[in-house]
Amino acid sequence: MPKDGGIGASTKRREDIRFLTGRGVYTDDLNLHGQTFAVFCRSTVAHGKIVSINTAATEAMPGVLAVFTGQDFKDVGGNPAGWLINSRDGTPMREPKRPVLAHGKVRHVGDAYAAVIAETYAQAKDAAEQLAADTVIDELPAIVDMKAAVADPSNRVHDEIPDNLCFDWGWIEDNRAAVDEVFKTAPHVTTLELVNNRLVPNAMEPRASIGEYFPGTGDYKLTTTSQNPHLTRLLIAAFVMGIPENKLQVVAPDVGGGFGSKIYHYGEEAVVLAAAKKLKRPVRWTAERSESFLSDAHGRDHVTKIELACEKDGTFLAFRTETLANVGAYLSNFSTATPTFLHGTLMAGPYKVPKVYVNVKTVFTNTAPVDAYRGAGRPEATFSLERVIDKMCRELGLDQFEVRRKNFITPDMYPYTTPVGLVYDTGNYHATLDKALEMTDLAGFEARAAEAKARGKLRGLGLSTWIEACGIAPSNLVGVLGSRVGLYDAATVRVNATGNISVMTGAHSHGQGHETVFAQIVAEKLGVDATSVEIVHGDTAKIPFGMGSYGSRSLAVCGSAIDRAMGKIIAKGKKIAAHMLEAAEGDIEFKDGTFSVAGTDKAKTFGEIAFSAYVPHNYPLETLEPGLEETAFYDPGNFTYPAGAYLCEVEVDPDTGKVQVVAFHCADDFGNIMNPMIVEGQVHGGVGQGIGQALCENTTYDENGQLTSASFMDYAMPRADDVPFYNVDYSCQTPCTHNPLGVKGCGEAGAIGSPPAVVNAVIDALHRGGYDHVTHIDMPVSPARVWAAMQKH
Amino acid sequence: MYNFDFVKPSTLDEAVAALGGEDAQPLSGGQTLLPSMKQRLNAPGVLVSLTGIAALKGVSMEGRLLVIGGATPHAVVAAEVASAYPALAALAGGIGDPAVRNRGTIGGSLANNDPSACYPSAALGSGATIVTNNREIAADDFFTGMFETALEPGEIITAVKFPVPEKAAYAKFQQPASRFALTGAYVAKYGDGVRVAITGASEGGVFRWTEAEEALSRSFTAEALNGLSLPEDGMMGDLHGTPAYRAHLCAVMTRRAVTAAR
Repeated sequence: MPKDGGIGASTKRREDIRFLTGRGVYTDDLNLHGQTFAVFCRSTVAHGKIVSINTAATEAMPGVLAVFTGQDFKDVGGNPAGWLINSRDGTPMREPKRPVLAHGKVRHVGDAYAAVIAETYAQAKDAAEQLAADTVIDELPAIVDMKAAVADPSNRVHDEIPDNLCFDWGWIEDNRAAVDEVFKTAPHVTTLELVNNRLVPNAMEPRASIGEYFPGTGDYKLTTTSQNPHLTRLLIAAFVMGIPENKLQVVAPDVGGGFGSKIYHYGEEAVVLAAAKKLKRPVRWTAERSESFLSDAHGRDHVTKIELACEKDGTFLAFRTETLANVGAYLSNFSTATPTFLHGTLMAGPYKVPKVYVNVKTVFTNTAPVDAYRGAGRPEATFSLERVIDKMCRELGLDQFEVRRKNFITPDMYPYTTPVGLVYDTGNYHATLDKALEMTDLAGFEARAAEAKARGKLRGLGLSTWIEACGIAPSNLVGVLGSRVGLYDAATVRVNATGNISVMTGAHSHGQGHETVFAQIVAEKLGVDATSVEIVHGDTAKIPFGMGSYGSRSLAVCGSAIDRAMGKIIAKGKKIAAHMLEAAEGDIEFKDGTFSVAGTDKAKTFGEIAFSAYVPHNYPLETLEPGLEETAFYDPGNFTYPAGAYLCEVEVDPDTGKVQVVAFHCADDFGNIMNPMIVEGQVHGGVGQGIGQALCENTTYDENGQLTSASFMDYAMPRADDVPFYNVDYSCQTPCTHNPLGVKGCGEAGAIGSPPAVVNAVIDALHRGGYDHVTHIDMPVSPARVWAAMQKH
Repeated sequence: MYNFDFVKPSTLDEAVAALGGEDAQPLSGGQTLLPSMKQRLNAPGVLVSLTGIAALKGVSMEGRLLVIGGATPHAVVAAEVASAYPALAALAGGIGDPAVRNRGTIGGSLANNDPSACYPSAALGSGATIVTNNREIAADDFFTGMFETALEPGEIITAVKFPVPEKAAYAKFQQPASRFALTGAYVAKYGDGVRVAITGASEGGVFRWTEAEEALSRSFTAEALNGLSLPEDGMMGDLHGTPAYRAHLCAVMTRRAVTAAR
């Protein structure tokens, strides 16, 4: 019998009422007295020397209040990378300064080099156009292709970096020779070269920021589209602007999707703050969709060669990869962690492969910065692994299911230390594979394929058995690995005097449903009705210092902090109850919202205890502070390791090359489930994005560095008719062993596990149709690419 | 978007007069013009709306000819010609999304002659006549190249006359992002022969595939097209398809249209 409330109930998302009825309040919905408008001048060339910017005519235009150029910010700090990565030779990565506004050079199309502030948006727009006309930029040859970038020292994105290389990372470098040795003697080696295609995040709400300055107090306020307002504040305060944190409030109100792109601090946020101070008026900016395409941090963009060494029976001996990872023109905040510790550490998959070596060369190019996007490194790892395994099975004529089973880590092997530095705490990959096969009706596949063939379609089945690492932690370990921040999270549980509850979270909901799920957990644990629990997030003036939401961390990390804080509330409540009930503290039990003396009918309700805490007339004041409010910071002991098996069925139209995903089955292990409906929604969204990457989304720069897929006319987002009705199961549960809720995280799983399942299914369909010369098609597997692959004999 | 003046006349004569002004541009459904203005790629001084002119709207039969007013939205065509000319109704109902279909008009689409638009293939494939405020132009003479037509500056499409065929169909392969026709084939069978018009493929815009017309006039079957193909020379190539792919799709879509014709 499904619960109708608390942990495990499919409680309807309370936030959806305001989202769906147009009552959400997003940054651009705010209108402030005296507000002004910023418009940015963005480079139209990929690479160029800024010769001159003549602001005179612009400044004389109607309504123009201020003009900013890179010169105005050249003395403030750079926007830093969050992780310091060392190269194989021990040298630290090359870390060019990322300025607020470009000066000296522009380095990608869309690179902002100036901003105009005016009374109205139209005036600012006109003025920016004038300023662009009065700007002289000498175009330099664009560096677009990564292989060319590292091969040609004469052309540099950053003049001080001769080979355009940020770092050359080996993981684990000490294992390299042993891995090479395996490949020399292995009975079989499968090699695959592939591209993990660059993606534009395309959150429904574009980035937007409003800066305010209060001359009376010297306080600043930034309202912005952020997934992590405290991190944004820290970056602006400690690195870029030097504003003390106590003088800067960062608010992320309702945020319409992020997928990673709103983790990062962007220059526009610094400009609106500086302009607000100069003008002593609010300064607002909202990206146009074209600006989003050009200037949001993109995702993925790896070129990889992966090799698999194995026995003839498919037993894995080693994986070896060489990857070129594009970081674009500048290092965005997580850009150096994504291709390294979020990618290389996952390169053992769910398999007991004895040896793995990963090499990643991260390359600067004259393209938009690339950073974490839903999955962040783990989709790249999963795609490489699951594609090369699929290829190996075809080369050796082995059953893809049996090969997985043969190589899976087995449930008796936990905790399991992989050769790439992770310790998996728990899992059961056989169980999720068996579940997925059950959902698929594998026995009926041949009949489905025959029926499709009668309609002229080629049907194929593709598998992906994936694992990921969420809730990246603990802080002391990631510090050793190069992280410049901690990766804990925080929550304050404030029980108000009348017993209702405000929970302030470091996690930030930009679509995930925290307001519903966190309230369910609090209601269950404290025995109160969920409607009396309010979840507060997104405002540095209200919430404790937490790291925000990304990396499927909110429930595993911030949820654990909430749980810890509630534990403190209950412990204090027991002390109060013991006093009120004239019993020993050790005799007080807390259950279903009632504090009682064990074995008696003496009891106080949660509300009575709360009231007593705030009206402490009958209260142990000599030993206990009044009030009932507790904060907990939670720093996880390990990552969590969600895993699962995805089976995709496609039909390929051999006349046109069009691929239709006709069925998609997900058997996931997310540990304990708090709200099944929200879990399903997260999987639907993630798989939808994965299908988008696999079949539709193609970010293309031409040889001059022009983004040729810069609008929805050419950038294909997945639409409703591109995706099937998903079949989602989460009944295989091996609860996380090290966090109090036993949860693992589900936000990115779909985007991580699905692309190889789709591509493997397409290859399967083509082989079944007789096109067995096709060993790989790069994503997006568009109709034109499938057709072209079919033609090559 | 830059500032502009806006007029919405209620008669054709007023519209023609207004279009004589400097930098004046006609506005029908605006589904191409308005996005380009928003991006500041187009800056008319005066927009002359045609959608307030009752005489330009609606659908009627004149004998065997289906007459559609130039400012008739796609959604109206989709609904109102469903029995008179089902293939045309199906084409109109497959353009864009509901918002586009309720704003975009047949006259606007034909005057723009986007090489990937659907309507030009129906007009050319049906041997339609484009009626303007001062003449009638056969479809064969109307489409003169990508985004180019026989229209003179200030000339307004008032109606399009379609001879209704015995059977017809439109088969479109959608460009994955825009969902315009990556390649589309309109096939119509008349008593005196078959017409085949291809959109989305050629650098010259919509064109008739005469070899296919001859073969289908002999035998209106998909098999009649076996062995026929178009050269890739002159086909468009872009992110979504090479010239060779488009040439291939021309034959596939033509076959599908023949099979679907009713």
